[in-house]
Amino acid sequence: MSILTVIMTVMFYSASAILLVGLGRKIYTYAKTPAPLKIPTTPAPVTQGGVVLRMASEVVLFNSLFKSNKWIWIFGWMFHMALFVVLARHLRYFTDPVWWWVEIIQPFGRYGAFAMLIGLLGLWARRIFVERIRYISAPSDHLMLALLLGITLTGIGMSFVSHTDIVAVKAFFMGLMRLDFQPFPADPILIAHITMVSLLMMVFPISKLLHAPGVFFSPTRNQVDNPREKRHLSPWAAELPNEPTKSS
Amino acid sequence: MADFEVPELKEHIEIPELQEGAMAHSQPFVSKEQWQQPLGYPGELVENWEQAALDKMGDLLGKYRSFQVFLDACVKCGACTDKCHYFLGTADPKNMPVARQDLLRKVYRRYFTFAGKYFPKLVGAVDLNKEVLDEWYSYFHQCSQCRRCSVFCPYGIDTAEISMAAREILDSVGVGQKYCNEIIHKAQTLGNNLGLPQPALKDTLLDLEEEVEEDIGVPVRYPLDEKGADVLLITPSADFFAEPHIDGLIGYGKVFHQLGISWTMSSFASEAANFGMFIGSYENMQRLALRIRKAALELGVKRIVFGECGHAWRVAYSFLNTLAGPFDFLDPNYPVPQHICEVTWDAIQKGQLKLDPSANDHLNVTFHDSCNVARGSRMGNEPGGQFKIPRAILKSVVNNYHDMPRETICESTFCCGGGGGLLTDDLMELRVKGALPRMEALKHVHDNYGVDHLVAICAICKSQFTKVMPYYGFEMDSILSLHQLVGDALVFDQHE
Ligand code: SF4
Ligand code: SF4
Repeated sequence: MSILTVIMTVMFYSASAILLVGLGRKIYTYAKTPAPLKIPTTPAPVTQGGVVLRMASEVVLFNSLFKSNKWIWIFGWMFHMALFVVLARHLRYFTDPVWWWVEIIQPFGRYGAFAMLIGLLGLWARRIFVERIRYISAPSDHLMLALLLGITLTGIGMSFVSHTDIVAVKAFFMGLMRLDFQPFPADPILIAHITMVSLLMMVFPISKLLHAPGVFFSPTRNQVDNPREKRHLSPWAAELPNEPTKSS
Repeated sequence: MADFEVPELKEHIEIPELQEGAMAHSQPFVSKEQWQQPLGYPGELVENWEQAALDKMGDLLGKYRSFQVFLDACVKCGACTDKCHYFLGTADPKNMPVARQDLLRKVYRRYFTFAGKYFPKLVGAVDLNKEVLDEWYSYFHQCSQCRRCSVFCPYGIDTAEISMAAREILDSVGVGQKYCNEIIHKAQTLGNNLGLPQPALKDTLLDLEEEVEEDIGVPVRYPLDEKGADVLLITPSADFFAEPHIDGLIGYGKVFHQLGISWTMSSFASEAANFGMFIGSYENMQRLALRIRKAALELGVKRIVFGECGHAWRVAYSFLNTLAGPFDFLDPNYPVPQHICEVTWDAIQKGQLKLDPSANDHLNVTFHDSCNVARGSRMGNEPGGQFKIPRAILKSVVNNYHDMPRETICESTFCCGGGGGLLTDDLMELRVKGALPRMEALKHVHDNYGVDHLVAICAICKSQFTKVMPYYGFEMDSILSLHQLVGDALVFDQHE
């Protein structure tokens, strides 16, 4: 194995491990932390089914963001939806034979990268030029956009400008999954692309990317509005003294 | 009139340019030992306060999922930055909801996250020091916990939750707010926020009965501590004497009288407002809620009904069952608790109240959705009943009604500027400036439709508007209780 292959192999394995373990731990924390009071932002659904719909409209349509700010909504929504298609398109490097629907979305995924690009540039422009958003931005907020932009641009580069050897790329990743190691193609754009993706995977569980699992655990969005019908007592609250005056 | 500049009312609500530090001087009076101790907090800043504060933060992170998720999930998208009335009124960037959260988040990151521990500069994490603590005290007392930001955040991040946690941390290291803690102490020992003892309450209500009978010739009763009544009414103590609150109380009495419902108030639980929520203290909130349970048991009532009060209704509707339930000793045919508006609207629908809206023809009104009713509770069986029911009642008792602009009512309503434990004279500048968006919306319907009165169902809103409206050129009595108008429009059966 070449040094490059060793480095890329180790890097991708570690990134995957950090992503899975880090995210798993965070999700476990969110799931086990009690929500001791009913705090849905009302009007809220009064049934569990309604909550599923509310959550779906948040995750798929970014409903609250739409109400809030059309510019952030259009750029943010465009970026995320395109990202989703592009990610799905990448499944073809990890499946053999490639699933039929992954075949079908290939062209959408190819051009979807441009929607990602526009979304990212729009969001970054707002972060730089809108005084209020500039004020709340830390260096990491800019770096995150830079990283995503880097990934998008190198991806577009390989798709449209300087084609990389995708047969070899696929062999490498299939090899990682089967523990049958194959050489990593020595293409600088590809190296940059995969390195940045690995970095993104590694920072995922320690950064604001936690909004992805976080939204599902947000009590203001995922609770049913039924406090009068159902008592909602958390374990730590149940242990408190049940007396109107302070017990000394 | 004021030692600060009162903002000018514009045609539309404008997003101001940032003025760093514009409200840095604003802080409420600090609480003293005599009010701290009974609530379970140290009387002054404890010696090792840094560690104590961090311990408390860790404790809350383990107890409240909202706190943990909200501190992690914010992406700094900026969608909430122009949604807070205090930002719109003061231009201080730290009054943008996300910036307010960041005051706490930067410390959370420093001590509780990998990135903040090893790369503090990169992620804007900072050490906890006295300046940070002072900033917390200032800016977490510039949030009325109105939840408007949470409507517009893509992850539902509710700055109110962060403010409550921050105040709980501050209290736990000995830096409490005088206004809230003194009131909680009074309510926990005397039964209401004003500290009115039973005899005073009794006298007030007897006077009220006389007054009403003189006025309308109907012997409406305002009973206190009467065992065996069907309904226990819990109402904010301001209803007992302050204007325009008391007119609301008069109205509830008239409705009960006309419906033939036997009811009583309780001196032991003579307060609807639960300030325990403002300071983020589950324990103190629960102690207050348990007084209501105890009163209901001792008086042997069958139902609990709440009067007009916003934050009170949130705590009652959303938390009472959790804090002081189960209420299986009450009549299962009624929700526990019920809002007075639910009782009234139900009766109107069943044709049990004869109403003559022309009695209010001298008024041209609009309705102010109180923030915590709008975004933290419900009325009736349908989502959004908290908007429809009060309006439906109002429209049955007046002929001249106009809504304020869409983006300032219902779920997008602007807080009055005095909620969340900020209704104190030491925060007057903040209260006046925070009322700006609501005043602009009112001016809009005033100029376009000749609206001259604002109707509300919250004791805080009523007190706040009475105080701040004059700053903007409105009469202080242009704020009314909903049930005053109900009472005035009510036509009594003449069979006695
Ligand atoms: S809207 Fe929500 S995610 Fe966006 S900056 Fe505000 S709090 Fe953060
Ligand atoms: S809860 Fe209300 S007062 Fe507090 S930050 Fe949000 S909008 Fe402002």
